[in-house]
Amino acid sequence: MRKFLFQGLLRSPLTEPAPALDEAAVAELAGALEKASRRRLGRSLAIREVDAGSCNGCELEIHALGNAFYDLERFGLRFVASPRHADVLLVTGPVTKNMHEALERTYAATPDPKWVVAVGDCAFDGGVFAGGYACVGAVSEVIPVDLHIRGCPPEPIALLKGLITLVQN
Amino acid sequence: MISLRETMRGGREIEQSRPWPRHVIDHTSWLRAIREISKGQGDMLGLWSDGADVHMLLLDHGSSDIGIISLECPNGSFPSVAHMHPPALRLERAIRDIYGLEADGSSDVRPWLDHGRWGVRHPGAKPEPSEASGDAYAFLAAEGAPLHQIPVGPVHAGIIEPGHFRFSANGEVVVRLEERLGYVHKGIEQLMVDAPIDRAARLAGRVSGDSTVAYALAFANAVEAALEIKVPRRAVYLRALMAELERLANHIGDIGAICNDASFSLMQAHASILRERVLRASRLCFGHRLMMDRIVPGGVVDDLTMEGVVALHALLSGAKKIIPRFIDLYGDTTSIQDRTVGAGFLGPELVKQYACGGVIGRASGRGFDARRTPGYAPYPELSFKVGSAHAGDVDARVWVRFDEIKASFGLIERILDKMPEGPIRIESLPEPSESREGAALIEGFRGDIFVWVRLDASGAVQRCHLRDPSWFQWPLLEAVIEGNIVADFPLCNKSFNCSYSGHDL
Repeated sequence: MRKFLFQGLLRSPLTEPAPALDEAAVAELAGALEKASRRRLGRSLAIREVDAGSCNGCELEIHALGNAFYDLERFGLRFVASPRHADVLLVTGPVTKNMHEALERTYAATPDPKWVVAVGDCAFDGGVFAGGYACVGAVSEVIPVDLHIRGCPPEPIALLKGLITLVQN
Repeated sequence: MISLRETMRGGREIEQSRPWPRHVIDHTSWLRAIREISKGQGDMLGLWSDGADVHMLLLDHGSSDIGIISLECPNGSFPSVAHMHPPALRLERAIRDIYGLEADGSSDVRPWLDHGRWGVRHPGAKPEPSEASGDAYAFLAAEGAPLHQIPVGPVHAGIIEPGHFRFSANGEVVVRLEERLGYVHKGIEQLMVDAPIDRAARLAGRVSGDSTVAYALAFANAVEAALEIKVPRRAVYLRALMAELERLANHIGDIGAICNDASFSLMQAHASILRERVLRASRLCFGHRLMMDRIVPGGVVDDLTMEGVVALHALLSGAKKIIPRFIDLYGDTTSIQDRTVGAGFLGPELVKQYACGGVIGRASGRGFDARRTPGYAPYPELSFKVGSAHAGDVDARVWVRFDEIKASFGLIERILDKMPEGPIRIESLPEPSESREGAALIEGFRGDIFVWVRLDASGAVQRCHLRDPSWFQWPLLEAVIEGNIVADFPLCNKSFNCSYSGHDL
């Protein structure tokens, strides 16, 4: 263990430079982030992830945001365990009917001001699962969505671009 | 006495079934088959329905033969398998929810995937509209003065999939865990009905995102078996390469995540760097980090370039240096071992009874690996070791993962060495002109994935069943946690790493 820790002191970091902001995300968010709420929250946001029926592909890439290459926390963004601690809900999946109520209740448990980011093609419009008896479809049919990050699943760099737009703009 | 093998080969044979025979048997033979598997004469590897019949995939221990037996259910019911063989219980509950077929004599008639939210009952056959306000669910009782219940989920504290766990605890000690799953049920099997092959392949690749390669491979192999086509050899090798990269990425991620759940975040930090390197190499080689939609019936869509080969060799040489250091870090740190050794013990009897595959089975002495039995190309041409242990605890499941990571290094090297030249995809799939059936059993990182498909005369999917290895692993997690403290649940759960999406379908 000592070797691993010592090496950490000597090696240059793996972390990549911050990506440029995503133009589309900036445009979509323009109305959602008013100055007042930004002042109140500063440059730090707490994120609660909600899987509303994803295949777990999106979760894998959201997880990757924590590794040394992307290091999400350097932007003041961190994942929290409870919606009551969260400013942002990060929702994945085509909202299965069995998760519909849980998603609504998680949204209700999140204090204002709050934003919802829908991650992945399923969360955008149901993706390949749209049209079945078991899925609602787009997240925006259940709760208001402020930002969509598309992809199946979106790569971590796309997630990073979208998310830092929330704190820098 | 009639052996299980003879029962599997009795009745009326369905001629269009490949690669394993399917026999429609009578009521008496069905009961005899159940009795034989409950006595341990064979493994039940799947139980499913197409709306009219129920089917069971069996592996006979004596002969290692695989076969499918089917029972017609004209009266809407079939004799319960779970009555004598409990691993079938949740599968029967799911069959009833989707198709309305009753398992006569079953001890548990509660719905499983159907939470009363779909607005329809039995969506797979004769759908009836219903209220969508949600059904009450009666959890099993745990009685006694000092007991208290802890409900967890469906929304969990981490970045993980949803499911509900109901703990009954005596102080810190868990006396009963009951799982309630089905929250991510997307109705994939019904979405597959009448779907063209390419759409069905995309759906199959999204049953469980972490196993997208294994599912795409299983679906492709099943379709190719049904159509009796052979894909080019280069495609076979590229598929195995993708499958081993997926196994590597997941096992590395799991080792980091297990350690992280015991607050040993140093391992997690380094494992997540290595995992990222595997995903980046996968993207460079095949154009997608998780390699989704790269394997299709008929071949693969991307060829490996020289640049890709160089990247893979670089990845391997780096990973082969760092993994021994991970092993030292894990093996020499007594504080993490203190948490993992002896925690979440799973005995060999349950593993055998449930035909539990993957790392979980192999860490408790069941050596089954679909790459070996029944085996599929190109693995018979490549030598590799299967991980094994007998201790059956969290620690054993970590060590088996390390074994399999090393085995995958060797496999990737051999695949690259032997990579044949030539085409990577056949030009077009033939039209079958009659209904055909195919099946495949593929070893994903989590265990054996079973896919069964019936194509119609035009070549579209008529019915498809996809059975995740988690079906035979989730129930064992309930057994494993008994007597452990509540705080060790995340550790035990992560050492299993069952799929919610793959199970809920």
